[in-house]
Amino acid sequence: MYPDPQVSEFITQHFVTGRIHIKEQPAMWKRFHIRWTPTVLVLADDGTEARRIEGFLPADELLGQLGLALGFAAVNRKDWATARTEFERVLAEYPDADAAPEALYWTGVAKYSASHDANELKALGRQFSQRYTDSAWAKRASIWM
Amino acid sequence: MATEVIAWQKDVDAVLAQAARENKPVLLDFTAAPA
Repeated sequence: MYPDPQVSEFITQHFVTGRIHIKEQPAMWKRFHIRWTPTVLVLADDGTEARRIEGFLPADELLGQLGLALGFAAVNRKDWATARTEFERVLAEYPDADAAPEALYWTGVAKYSASHDANELKALGRQFSQRYTDSAWAKRASIWM
Repeated sequence: MATEVIAWQKDVDAVLAQAARENKPVLLDFTAAPA
């Protein structure tokens, strides 16, 4: 159940939706390598996996993760402009969510992948020296600091 | 009691086909919760 109206509206707006119950469709659990419930699996329009969210999350955290998923769906098809837009949206709308530092990292990756300008990665490193400094994503960006 | 407003489909392959037609990503919700 997704009782939060913001969450259900976001899902309805952005995704084609399926619900699979373990007792009704056990073969689907094997097909998609499901390990735990709840699991939300986001696939790009070509069926490639964009994001796997295992376990319950509060509404703001889930919305941040779903925003990341939209970005990764765009990454899967190498649509760097859309990916950047989606990651920047997560940063702007959910700056305190766990998804935010990951969104910042991938914003830099999307910029670099579109331009092949190494300065984008250096700029990303500098941003992590100011924001989300204790995050796992700052460690990943530390090579560019 | 909260009501569900999302139009969930059970046929995964139909979901995938619709997503390909509409160029939209798919969200699959795997659950063990009582219906």
